[in-house]
Amino acid sequence: MSTTLKTAALVGAVASAIAAHGTAASAMEKEKCFGVSLAGQNDCAAGPGTTCAGTSTVDYQGNAWSLVDAGTCTGIDLPGDRMGSLEPLDRDLPQT
Amino acid sequence: MFDTPHVPLPAKPGIGYKPQHFAAILDDPGAVGWLEIHAENYMGAGGRPIAQLRQLSERFPVSVHGVGLSIGGEGRLDPDHLARLRQLCGWLNPASFSEHLAWSTHDSAFFNDLLPLPYTNATLARVCAHIDELQEVLGRRMLLENPSSYLAFAESSWDEPAFLAEIARRTGCGLLLDVNNVFVSATNLGYDPRRYVGDFALDAVGEIHLGGHDEDHDDHGAPLLIDSHGAEVADPVWALLDHTLALSGPRPVLIEWDTDVPDWPVLEAEAARAAAALARVAA
Amino acid sequence: MTGLVADFLPALRDAARPAPDGVTDGAGRPAGRRFDVYRNNVAVSLIAALETGFPALRSLIGPENFRHVARRFAAGHPPASPLMMYYGQGFPAFLAKLGALAHIPYLPDVARLELALRDSYHAADHVALTPDALAAIPPERLEHTRLAPAPSVRLLRSDWPVSAIRAFAIRDDAPKPAGGGQDVAVLRRGFDPEPVTLPAGGHAFLRALQAGEPLGKATELGARAAPDFDPGALLGLLLAHDALCQPEERQ
Repeated sequence: MSTTLKTAALVGAVASAIAAHGTAASAMEKEKCFGVSLAGQNDCAAGPGTTCAGTSTVDYQGNAWSLVDAGTCTGIDLPGDRMGSLEPLDRDLPQT
Repeated sequence: MFDTPHVPLPAKPGIGYKPQHFAAILDDPGAVGWLEIHAENYMGAGGRPIAQLRQLSERFPVSVHGVGLSIGGEGRLDPDHLARLRQLCGWLNPASFSEHLAWSTHDSAFFNDLLPLPYTNATLARVCAHIDELQEVLGRRMLLENPSSYLAFAESSWDEPAFLAEIARRTGCGLLLDVNNVFVSATNLGYDPRRYVGDFALDAVGEIHLGGHDEDHDDHGAPLLIDSHGAEVADPVWALLDHTLALSGPRPVLIEWDTDVPDWPVLEAEAARAAAALARVAA
Repeated sequence: MTGLVADFLPALRDAARPAPDGVTDGAGRPAGRRFDVYRNNVAVSLIAALETGFPALRSLIGPENFRHVARRFAAGHPPASPLMMYYGQGFPAFLAKLGALAHIPYLPDVARLELALRDSYHAADHVALTPDALAAIPPERLEHTRLAPAPSVRLLRSDWPVSAIRAFAIRDDAPKPAGGGQDVAVLRRGFDPEPVTLPAGGHAFLRALQAGEPLGKATELGARAAPDFDPGALLGLLLAHDALCQPEERQ
């Protein structure tokens, strides 16, 4: 592409981007985390924070465990995504 | 010794700030006179956490409470983390900075818990060296918090109040007295919490913490309290606060509620209860 | 005091080991269950951190499965720093090696997307390029103009419709995912990051801008990746999401 052509293409691109700007912004659909009511409250994108508290939940022993079909993935059917029972987790853990 | 000018925390109730309470706090803080944040949650490059903190700090005194420096750790303090703390305290100029008598890091693995220390001369020397370094880096006096304990070290040669008092004496740091931690540790290790408070260097105390705990039992059926910060402050802890304030006089009192965080009115009611306790000693 | 870490850490990390010697219940008896409190605090706080950080993954495999997978990951991958907001960087690779989940091959990419969203949330703020500022650039200089993407922009390529899968996992009203791979940009307008599916060539164009290439070169790379690449549509998308920085001399 010659410089002249490239410049012309870019000028057109910029013009159409600016023209589209007014409508695009208002049409934008916000993807929200579940449980979010107002921006800034319960914002799940924030991820984990620190703690200085202890817990009385007991959950430190990794006993053998068979995964169960329970999640929303069972409602997804994509090519190459082999549906079927989940396998025991202990069978082939990566070495850590 | 340290001359960074900042307004100290007021002898009022504060709360551990949670982002879900942002709008409610600005709308009507009620009895809450100041806020405490965990330093590590405000070390991102930008975004909403920093923006909210900036806005809140224009209206409220803020206390920065570190949970990840590993002051009791065997290795040297993490220079990257020291730099991050200096950066945060630099732009925020908080009313107070505090950390824990605990360790949490080894060989760059962070365990996300406040792990216990034996109270020996070797630990004392190490903790004091780390506090000297931290206070030097921050250019301000810090407060060191007493831990909640679930076990004891056979090799400990100091009791905890004397150990903390000695650290304060050697380094010039202040102390943060967590009254719930005193109650939890005293129950777990079988000593008298009032005697602990009586032995504590109360003149050095710049802040008091309160929080809820859970009840469990050890192998022998003895009560084992867990410092969960997931409930209202228990009645005997409120009584221990009254006892403490009667000896120390008014101090900034923080409500910590970190798990199963309630709606704002529940948290504010805890702060109002702390305000009533403070009013009793001021009168 | 070499005993502290040497004794404490192995028992902290491995529940099969007994509590270390030298810790007691305060009355001279072995600490026993009391030591488990620390094991719990570490394990549960890290599992909770992963639950908070990967809500879509948790939904996809179910909360109970997630808890077990998260416990395995946390045991072998303690955080590398006390900045918990960044915890879980190794989770996609861990999932990819987990044979029990191998038949749900899109899970690592969903984890990457959730990490990218979190990373974007905590990224530096910027002053967004305005349409006026873009319009003010003289036409003859456009080709050589460098427009920096916002520091909060993250790019992700997936062989799966990863953004649609994530939406399906966390939203009741999301359609069933279909189709093939997606190029996704995480764009943050204000403080809320959002996954946006990129049109053909968009990934190459944005990656070029991130690498500091001028508009002319970036357009060329976009067109090379996809002959029907439409720079105008992409610039419109980026403007609408405040995804470009105002050039510094105009701030």
